[in-house]
Amino acid sequence: MQAERPVLLRVRGVGRRYAGVTALAGIDADVRGGEVLAIVGENGAGKSTLLKILSGVVQPSEGDLQVAGVSGGAGTGVLETVALDGVRGATKAGIALVHQELNLAENLDVAGSIFLGREPSRLGWLDRARMHAEARAWLARVGLDIDPGTLCGALPIAQRQLVEIAKALSTESRVLILDEPTSSLTARETERLLAIMDELRRAGVAVVFVSHHLDEVMHIADRVIVLRDGRKTGELARGEYDRAMIERLMVGRDIAPAARRGVAPGAAVRLAVDGLVSAHRRRTPVSFSVRAGEIVGLAGLVGAGRTEVLEAIAGVTAHGGRVRLDGVPLSGDASERVRRGVAIVPEDRARNGLFLENPVAMNMSLAWIDRSSRARLVDGRGEATLVDRMVARMQLRPAQPGRRVQTLSGGNQQKSVIGRWLAVDPAVLLLDEPTRGVDVGARAEIHAEVRRLADAGSAVLFASSELEEVLLLADRVIVMHEGAVAGEIAAHEATEIAIMRLATGGVASEAPRAGP
Amino acid sequence: MKKALGIIGIFLAIFVFASLYGENFLSGINMMQLSQRTALYSILALGAALVIVTGGIDLSIGSVVCLAGIMTPWLLVEHEWSPWAVIPTVLALSAAIGLCHGLLITRLRLQPFLVTLCGLLLYRGIARWMTGDQTQGFMGEFDGVRKIATGRIAIPGVENFLLPATVIPAAILVAVIGLFYARTVWGRWLLATGRNESAARYSGIPTAWLITLSYVACSLLAGFGGMLFIFDISSAQPSDFGNFYELYAIAAAVLGGCSLRGGEISVIGVVVGAATLQVLRTTIILVGLSSQLEFAVIGAVLLIGVAADELVRRFIARRLERQGASARA
Repeated sequence: MQAERPVLLRVRGVGRRYAGVTALAGIDADVRGGEVLAIVGENGAGKSTLLKILSGVVQPSEGDLQVAGVSGGAGTGVLETVALDGVRGATKAGIALVHQELNLAENLDVAGSIFLGREPSRLGWLDRARMHAEARAWLARVGLDIDPGTLCGALPIAQRQLVEIAKALSTESRVLILDEPTSSLTARETERLLAIMDELRRAGVAVVFVSHHLDEVMHIADRVIVLRDGRKTGELARGEYDRAMIERLMVGRDIAPAARRGVAPGAAVRLAVDGLVSAHRRRTPVSFSVRAGEIVGLAGLVGAGRTEVLEAIAGVTAHGGRVRLDGVPLSGDASERVRRGVAIVPEDRARNGLFLENPVAMNMSLAWIDRSSRARLVDGRGEATLVDRMVARMQLRPAQPGRRVQTLSGGNQQKSVIGRWLAVDPAVLLLDEPTRGVDVGARAEIHAEVRRLADAGSAVLFASSELEEVLLLADRVIVMHEGAVAGEIAAHEATEIAIMRLATGGVASEAPRAGP
Repeated sequence: MKKALGIIGIFLAIFVFASLYGENFLSGINMMQLSQRTALYSILALGAALVIVTGGIDLSIGSVVCLAGIMTPWLLVEHEWSPWAVIPTVLALSAAIGLCHGLLITRLRLQPFLVTLCGLLLYRGIARWMTGDQTQGFMGEFDGVRKIATGRIAIPGVENFLLPATVIPAAILVAVIGLFYARTVWGRWLLATGRNESAARYSGIPTAWLITLSYVACSLLAGFGGMLFIFDISSAQPSDFGNFYELYAIAAAVLGGCSLRGGEISVIGVVVGAATLQVLRTTIILVGLSSQLEFAVIGAVLLIGVAADELVRRFIARRLERQGASARA
C-alpha cells in the first residue's frame, strides 16, 4: 500500500543546533501524498523545530530535504534536494504551514485573507468578484459555507482555522503542515477538522500535524513519528501501536494514572456563587458552591459561559448576584479579590496571563511581592529565594529564572502563570483551560500541583473543553449549557456521554466521540 | 542601567566633539548653564517617562509648563498673593490637570494621545486668555523665592563653577523615581502594566489607579518645572513660553531608553537623554552652525539614536530567539 503513495517530501538526517545546543538530530522521515502523518512528543522534544524546518522557516544545520518534482512539475515525482529559503520558498515547493497561533488579520475579510499578497487584479485594480468567487471555491473544499466578505475577526476560532487551511490549499500546496490544529477546538469542531483532514488525504494531499491529543492521533494518523529530546524514538504505522506505547516512547517511562481523591464530607463551603449574572449574552443567573479541598470542573461547549463565570468570580468583569468567600461577600474588581485570595489563570495566557518580554522571575513573583512587602518595598532577597523555589516546584524547564517567558514552551509558560498564584496559596484558584497546548508530562505535573493545593484546603474551580481532563481532575463536574447550569455530576458517576448529554441541552442523539 | 549605556555613549561622543570643536564649551559659565538646563528639562522628561512607562504619552507638558509658569508671577504680582499660597495652588492645579487626564484615559477609555493633545491646546489657551496675552514677570521682586531656580551653590575646591540650585530637586526626583520603580511594589506593578495591561488586570494589579497616578505625577512635574523655568528666566509670554517642551521631554525619555510601547524605564538614561539634547543645542551654536538648524540637528540625532537602538534590540531579540527555539524545540 505504501508503494502507491508517492513520497512528496523526504527528510534525510536532518538536525538543528542553536548556539551549540542540539534541538534536533538525525531525523529521517518520508512525507507521502494521501497520508496523514502525526508528530508527537513532549514540549521541548523538537516538534516545533522539525515543523519549522519542513516549512522553510528555519534552515537545518545538518542533513537535507528533498522535494518531489520541483523543476519538472509535480507529475514527475523525482526527488530533488532543495534548500527551502523562507516561507516563500516553501510555498513555491508546495509546502504550507498553518500556525498554532492563527495569523489572520482580524480586520481583513475572508477572501482578502486567503489571497493576501496575491490578490487577483485587472489593470492594477482589485478584481473583487473573482477573488470572492475563488475564495468561495476554496472554502467549499474545507466544508466552510460562509460569505467570503465576512471579517476574519468576527469568525469563531474553529472557522478561522479552516480559513487558514483554505488559504494554504489555495497556494496549490501538496504538503499541508498543521501545528496543533485542534488545541483550541471543541470536540465537535475537532471531529469536523479530522474529517476534512481525511478528505484532503483522499485527494492526495500529504497532511503533517502535531498534536498533544493522542486520541485524535490514533483516530486519524496513518503513521506516527515520536520525538524525544530532539531524536526520533519511534515511527509507528497504523495498527502497530497502542496509546501506552506512544506514551512510553514520548516520556521514556509509564505515566501512572492519579489516584482518585476524596473530599471530607463535612468540609466547609469556601466559594459560594449565588445568582451570578455574568457577561454571557443569556444573562441567566448561575448558582453553585465549591467546598474546601474540592476540585470542581466546569464542562460545556465553547460559548456555554464557563469563561464568563470564572472571569466574573475573579472580578475581571462586572457581574450581578453574589459571590462569597468563606461566607463573606466578595466585591470590587480583580485587585481587591486577589487580595482576598481569589486567583484566576486565564484561558489566553499570552494576552491575559503573561508578561512575555519579561523574565520568568518577574512573572512568577508578581503576586508574591505584594504579600511579602513591607511598607510597599519589594523584598529583593526573598524574591530570589521564592523564584528559585517555585521554579523547582513547578519543574520548569529550563530552570532559568532569568529567561524571558516568551522563549519557553507552552507548558512551561502555563507553569509560570500557575506558579505565580501557587506562591501565595490562594483560597480559591480559578483555572480556565489549565492545560491547553500543554504536553502530557507537563499536564500531569500541573494536575499534581492543583491537587496538592486542594489537599491543603483551597477550593479549585476549573473549566476545560477536554472531557478527558474534566474526568481526570474533577471531584465534581458542573455542566453548563447556553449560559446556565445544566446539571451536576459527581466524579464517580461522570462519563463522557453523561457530560455531553447535559452540555448539548439534554439531547444525546449525537453520541460524542471518545475523547476531545 | 544596561539600557542607559547606549545614550551614555552618544552623550560622551557629542560631549567630546563639543569640547574639541566648540569654543568655550568647557568654560565654567557654559557648564553652569548646561547643568541648569539639564536639571530643568530632566524634571519634565522624568514626568514624560512616568507616563511613557504605562504605554501612554503626554503631549500637554509644554502647555502645563506655560500655564503653571505664567500663573506664578500673575498671582504673585498682579493679584498680590503670598508665595506661600501661590506655590501650593499652582502645584495643586497641575496635579488636578493630571488627574483629569488619568480619569479620562482610565475611566472613559479615551486615548492618551487625544486627551493630552486637547490639553495642549486647552491650557495654553487658558493661560493666554487669563493674562490677556500679556508678558508676565516678577518686576524685579521675589528674589527670595526665585532662589529655588536662580541659586548657585559653591562647591568647595572647585573654581569657576557653581552648582545650580535646580540640580538638587532634580537629583532628589531621580533618586525617588529610580527607587520607586526598582524597589516598590507599585513601581513593579506599573512596569508590568506597561508591558501588558490586560495581564496586569487579571493578576489583580489596580491598573486604572496606577495609570491615573502616573498622569498626576507627570503633570505635577510639568507644573513644578514650569515654575522653576519662570523663576529662572524672570518673565515670559503666554503665547510661546513652554512651546515644544513636551517634545524635548518625550525625546529625552525615548533617547534614555523608554520604549513608547511601555514597560521600560531607565531613570539615569532619561537624565542623560535630557543632557544630550541640551549639549547638542549648545554645540550647534558653539561650532558656528546656524541656530535655525537646531531643530533639524536634534531631529536627526534623535532619529539616528532610536534607529540604532532598534537595530541593537533586534540583534538581541534574534539571538534570544535562537536560544529560545533551542529551548522550545
